Order: sequence, then C-alpha cells, then structure tokens
Amino acid sequence: MATSSAMARERRLAHGLAIVLALLVMAPFLWLLQMSFKTNAQVFAFPPPLIFTPTFENYQALWTGGFRDSFVNSLVVAAAATLLPMLLGVPAAYALSRWTATLAGSISLWILASRMAPPIAFTIPYFLAYRHLELLDTRLGLVLIYMTFNLSLVIWMMRPFFDQLPRALEEAAWIDGATMSQAFLRIVLPLSAPGLAATAILCFLFAWNDFFFALILTRTEAMTAPVAVVNFMNYEGWEWGRIAAGGTMVMLPVLVFSLLVRRYLVHGLTGGAVKG
Amino acid sequence: MSGAAQVLLAPPERASRHAGATRPRDRFYMLCVAPSLAVLAIITLAPAIYLLVTSFTPLDLTRPDTVWNFSRPFANYREMPADGRLMNSLWVQAKLSFWTVSLQLLIGFGFAALLNMRSRFLEALRTVFLIPMVLPPIVVAIIWKVLYTPDISPLHWAVSLLGWTVPSLITHPDWALTAIIVADTWQWFPFTMLMTLAALQMMPQEMVDAAKVDGASAWQMTWHVTLPFLKGVLLVAGLFRLIDSIKAFPLIFILTDGGPGSVTEVTNYYSFLQAFNFSFLGYSSAITVVLLAASVLMSWGIIRLVGWGQHGD
Repeated sequence: MATSSAMARERRLAHGLAIVLALLVMAPFLWLLQMSFKTNAQVFAFPPPLIFTPTFENYQALWTGGFRDSFVNSLVVAAAATLLPMLLGVPAAYALSRWTATLAGSISLWILASRMAPPIAFTIPYFLAYRHLELLDTRLGLVLIYMTFNLSLVIWMMRPFFDQLPRALEEAAWIDGATMSQAFLRIVLPLSAPGLAATAILCFLFAWNDFFFALILTRTEAMTAPVAVVNFMNYEGWEWGRIAAGGTMVMLPVLVFSLLVRRYLVHGLTGGAVKG
Repeated sequence: MSGAAQVLLAPPERASRHAGATRPRDRFYMLCVAPSLAVLAIITLAPAIYLLVTSFTPLDLTRPDTVWNFSRPFANYREMPADGRLMNSLWVQAKLSFWTVSLQLLIGFGFAALLNMRSRFLEALRTVFLIPMVLPPIVVAIIWKVLYTPDISPLHWAVSLLGWTVPSLITHPDWALTAIIVADTWQWFPFTMLMTLAALQMMPQEMVDAAKVDGASAWQMTWHVTLPFLKGVLLVAGLFRLIDSIKAFPLIFILTDGGPGSVTEVTNYYSFLQAFNFSFLGYSSAITVVLLAASVLMSWGIIRLVGWGQHGD
C-alpha cells in the first residue's frame, strides 16, 4: 500500500512537472501568435493586456500588400517540389527494396550526404549555373534545387515501407497474369498509401520551410513567403504586429501537417537513416 | 532437397523459362531506379564537382578575368590558415556546436525520461513538445527576435519588474552567442527527445526489473542501466545535431547578422558573406568544400554506426 501511494505521488509530480515544462516550451510560440492579433500600440504596451479585442488588420494589410504573391509562390514551388520527387523517387525506392541490396548499400552515403550537406555547398554552383541558364528568380530554379534534398528523402523514406509489404502479394498478381508495372501500380502502391502520404507531407514541409536557397536564388518574382517576411522585417521593422502575422501565416499550414505526421518526423529529418 | 538439386532435376525447358522470367524483371527494376539516379547525379554530384573546381579559381564576379583561371589552383586553400576571421569563425562554430549539441542531448534526455511513463496524458502532451522543431526556421528566428528586443519582449519586462535592467542580449558582445545557443536549443531539443524516447520504449523491461531487484536507486539506474543502453542512440542523435549545427543560418541571419563584430559569425555564415556580400565565390567555395567534406565524413560515421543501407534497417 505504501509503495503504491508513493508511486501515485511520483506520478502526480511527473504530470505537474510535464505541464509546467510544456507551458514553458509553448510560451514563446504562443506569444508570437497573440502578437499577430494586436495593434502596434498594444504590442508595445506593458504590462501586456490580458484580454484584448483581437484585430485582423495585420493580416488584412499583409494580404493586400505584396505578401499574397509570395505566399502563392511558396505554395506552387512546395507542391511541385513534392510531386516531382515523388514521381521519380517512389519507383526507385520500390526497385531498391525488391531488387538488389548491394546497390542500396553502396549509394547510402551519397543519399545521406546530399540530405546533410550545408546548403551553401549547393547554392554556390547553382547560383553560378542559373546566371547562364536564366533560372535565377524563377520558380523552376527553386524546384530544381529543392529536389536535391527531397528526391533522396523520398527514396529513403519509402524503401522501408516497401520492405514491410510481403513479396507474395506481387507474386500472386504476376501468376494471375499481371505485368510488373500493373502489380506495382494496382497492388503495391495502394497498400503503401500511408507511407506515400507521410513522405509527401514531409517533402512539402522541407520545401516550404526553406529560407537559405530562396534568399539567394530569388529576388522579386519568385520570392517565397519566408523570404518575404524577413524582407518586411528588414524594411519595416517597427510593424511588429504585421511581422507576427506574416510569421503566423508561414507557420500555420505546416504546423497542422507536421503534427499529423509526427510518427515519421525523426525518420524524415534524418533522411531516413533512423526510425522514430 | 537443396535448390541446386532442384534445378538439376527440373526439366531443361522449365529451367530456361525461369531464367528468362528474371530478365524482364531486372529490366523493370532498372527502369525504376535509373531516372532517379540520373537526376540525383545531375542535381547533386555535378554541383559538388563544380564547387570543387570553382574552389581552385580566384572567382570574383566583379572581375571577369577570374573565371576559369587555374593559374594558382591552391591559392584559396593556402590563404585559409592565415585568415584570422576564418579561424575566429571556426572557434565560434566550435563553441556553438559544443553547447547546442550538449544542451540538446541533456535536455532531450531529461524530457524523454520524464515523458517515458505509461500515461495517456503524457502521451498526449508529447505532441506539444514537438512544436519548436516543426516550426519553420525563420518563424523560430522571429519568435526569438521578439523575445530579445527590449521594447516588446515580455522577458525584458518581467526582469524589469524585479528591478534589474538587462541589455539587449543579441547586440551585446558577451551575450549574443549565448542568445543564439538558447534559441537553437529550444528549437532542436525535441529531436534528441524523440530519438531518446523511441529508444527508451524499446528498453527491455527485464533490464529495469533486474536492476530494481538488485536495489538500484533511481540515480544508479540512470547511470548504470539506462545511459549505457542509450549510448548508441545518443551518439547518433548527437552526430545529426552536430552536422546540422554546421548549417546554422536563419537564426544567425535574423538575430545577430554575425555580430556584434564577428562574435556569432560561424564558418557557414562567413562563407555566405564571402560569396554573396563580397562576391569572392572562389574563396568561399574553398571554405565550403572543407565544410562539405566535414559533413560527408560525419554522415559516413552515422552510416557505420546505424548499419544503414542494408535491408531491414
């Protein structure tokens, strides 16, 4: 009896501590969120008003300014940088899972290194090449450079999903007269839908979150939302409410998605090297 | 009956049909892999080679005669040891990497130990702790810019209530790097926490029970049972964070811009300034080649550690 009540006390203590820590971790994030609904005067007011009428003027001002174009650029580029690597990488992952293990082993360093390389290592040669190819400040240019990390991500995220599917499924289809591609498209792909969804979401996140590549390879036309927010901060640094609104708009779409795929986060962040 | 014997006993035409069936299969797999590998080679290997070639030239976009000029191929590499600002950036990088990786491992482990309890409530709470990691890096930077700006920071206000005045951390030479370390730790401790938590949940219950029967205290348990079990995971998580700390950019760009002076100017940032502010792309390429080599070397270490690339990883 004594030990069980001691355990219950320990449990309550752990819960209490966890709540306090969770609040501490959340606080900086929540602070930005509430700032985006304040007028500039309210942002500078201390002690901070606990209850205030939220204003949407920051969002309105942002949306009617140039921010909308950048937001659309971000959406288009991230969607394309998800779709293309998926189309190329998913069949490759399937073949690497079913075909030969030695090939997979020998390119693993290449795949991981292209995920972990410092962005500037790709930025310098891409910047130089794009000057001649006229791809600077274009959406296509961004999509191409985002493929450096997303294609390797797709290959290494999807392979374990295919490894888990029993080969007997395709073999049965082959016996029934299906071709290799039919078996892959009609049997294997539908069964790996959860893996495909998680991988696509992670691709979208990494492309959406990029700042460095977009900062250097775009100017005005293809500028993405993160760069637009930072530019806004550099030129109108006193408009804190609007900066917070911009930050919120950049973060909300990905926050929802990424919490949906939290099981696969570690897997994705390590380029597939580690399972979460 | 062994496989070889089966082939010997099988009628000849069946054996040949079997061999014939694998060939279209190989062709299909080949068709699946080839486009990806070709594209990957064009978008990653070719630029890496281009970077290496550029590093042997004094390329400066304001001087056209420096393009493809290989008269002194190792000049950039010879210049590096004598460049005081570069050496300073390596030292800043070492401090940043050491503190962020250690703090993230320590806090990540602590939080994982706390959350590794069979409780629905704690399981639900875990998601909250992931938020810093999934925020876009520039949003993390904006959040901390707000917290470090005295006029609008609730932290500065709270400290002033206690009667202290604290200078703006990001513009103070003694505190700017600490400010970056705090923000980076907040952003990335969830990563080490998640990895540790996953490993903790695989820890065999017998190990825990045996230690309890032997009368181990909580402290002894952590030190002699849990930590040795987690050694591998912590090493891999630490290596990942170490490689990532070399890439630190948005936080430094937005919070301090490498300053004040160059106290937060890490090597990656210095290379960025050389290339895109001073236009010395050749010299910057040489620095970047060294950074790239370091990250490839560490990636290789990770692969050796996790035995990755084999089937069933």
